[in-house]
Amino acid sequence: MSPILEIQKLTHIYSAGTPFEHTALEDVSFSVERGEFIGIIGHTGSGKSTLMQHLNGLLKPTSGKVLLDGADIWSDKKLTRQARFRVGLVFQYPEYQLFEETVYKDIAFGPKNMGLSREEIDRRVREAASFVGLTDSQLEASPFDLSGGQKRRVAIAGVIAMEPEVLILDEPTAGLDPAGRAEILRNIESYRQAKNATIMMVSHSMNDVALLTDRLLVMNGAHLAMDGTPNEVFTHAWDLVDMGLDIPEVTRVFLELRKLDVALPPVYTMEQAIDALKGGIAGA
Amino acid sequence: MDIAIKVDHLAYTYPGVDDTPGVRVFEDLSLTVDEGSFVAILGGNGCGKSTLAKHFNSILLPCGGKVHVFGMDTMDEEKLLTIRKTTGMVFQNPDNQIVANVVEEDVAFGPENLGISSAEIRRRVDLALKQVGMYEYREHAPHLLSGGQKQRIAIAGIIAMQPRCIVLDEPTAMLDPRGRREVMETIERLNQEKGITVILITHHMDEAAKAQRVIVLNKGSIAADGTPREVFSQVELLHSIGLAAPETVELCWKLNQLGADLPLDRLSPEECAQTLFEHWKV
Repeated sequence: MSPILEIQKLTHIYSAGTPFEHTALEDVSFSVERGEFIGIIGHTGSGKSTLMQHLNGLLKPTSGKVLLDGADIWSDKKLTRQARFRVGLVFQYPEYQLFEETVYKDIAFGPKNMGLSREEIDRRVREAASFVGLTDSQLEASPFDLSGGQKRRVAIAGVIAMEPEVLILDEPTAGLDPAGRAEILRNIESYRQAKNATIMMVSHSMNDVALLTDRLLVMNGAHLAMDGTPNEVFTHAWDLVDMGLDIPEVTRVFLELRKLDVALPPVYTMEQAIDALKGGIAGA
Repeated sequence: MDIAIKVDHLAYTYPGVDDTPGVRVFEDLSLTVDEGSFVAILGGNGCGKSTLAKHFNSILLPCGGKVHVFGMDTMDEEKLLTIRKTTGMVFQNPDNQIVANVVEEDVAFGPENLGISSAEIRRRVDLALKQVGMYEYREHAPHLLSGGQKQRIAIAGIIAMQPRCIVLDEPTAMLDPRGRREVMETIERLNQEKGITVILITHHMDEAAKAQRVIVLNKGSIAADGTPREVFSQVELLHSIGLAAPETVELCWKLNQLGADLPLDRLSPEECAQTLFEHWKV
């Protein structure tokens, strides 16, 4: 089966030809398979957001192509419009975009714009709500009466209700407490499994991306600096630090241990750290 | 030493709208913060952290009990301006706190409202921008700065009013790692060099670990209060209220569950690695 998304030699220059000309992406190529869970990391200004906005046609490449299911999304207006539905984008702090009187209406906004029947819209709203753990009574509430974490889930449900084959989320857990973070991540994972959807998640939290994803894309200075499994990427932990990224604390502990001549494999999750240490630590 | 903030049997309920009942946040909360200290307040969403912070400069007023800021009752309307001058607040979203089109004008906004002479405003603005490391950007447009830079501008706007205390409500929540580091270094410097009392509300354990004292709130009450080492070593307590200890402590704690005997107060990767090294038997 062909990849769901192919990005070919993508370059984007903002304000080209003006004194503010700025190359945000340069010669970026990669492809994405159905059902993959990909983390995108990189410090502010590395090109992450510019990249995301190309994947559903919000930005047009200065050069290079974005192929969805093998077809260039800019080759035909219909395809561009389709890309907006098939690739769903959840922006940072999406709860600020809620506007309807009820949670139900807010989630229904996207499917309505797709021209679906009332029954189909209803099915999708209820299914999307269940993915993010909203109850029927909450559907009738005003989104503005909900807590921050609940609002965030409503906003994500609004995109899920369009049943995108690729769901892209920019910092979906920012500003939430640990319990809220874990819940949102579980919601996203359950959508992926139910629909064999592709997830691409931008995050500053290495812990979140390392735990969930199969593959990490590291952006640095408009380039794709690394593309590999979390294992491969964290082998270069010090390079990540040089790029201004935070690495998981357990990874740091292991790097410090290596300085003390305790040779252990690189780790990036608590479970890996425990596995590597038990047997070596007295008593454990 | 003076007491910066004194909270005495505070009760607070958000008023209900129409038929909906109000939401009670505090029933009976007491605490004090010493002048010159650096205190972190931790807790899950909805535990009352932000509600408490808003009592520190009269944005919210107690329904019961008292809050005193440097000896001034926050209910005393005549003291309102002095309280706001004495205790400044920095919020989560830097974009909501910036009012002017030029960095230095934004920083001048607070002192201008205090009716200070323009020469003195000029001096304070320059000094404040230097203290947060943003002096070179004084003629820039704030909206073109990074999140960390904008947040430092917001902090400069507060310190230009020469407060004795700064309350920061999750100032780094919307920032990337570099921005977080910039803001945290600024906060620590203001506390250490200027002696400004700092109250930092945060979700980040590593930020709280930099404070002298950590207060953990849960459902409107104090669940733990002590030095970072004292508080973070209470791993089970933190878990029971939906929080986690710093990862270094979690790692040692999990190894202890498997039979190891590691101390639970290692807050930095270096300390933690050193301890693991000492317990390494191979």
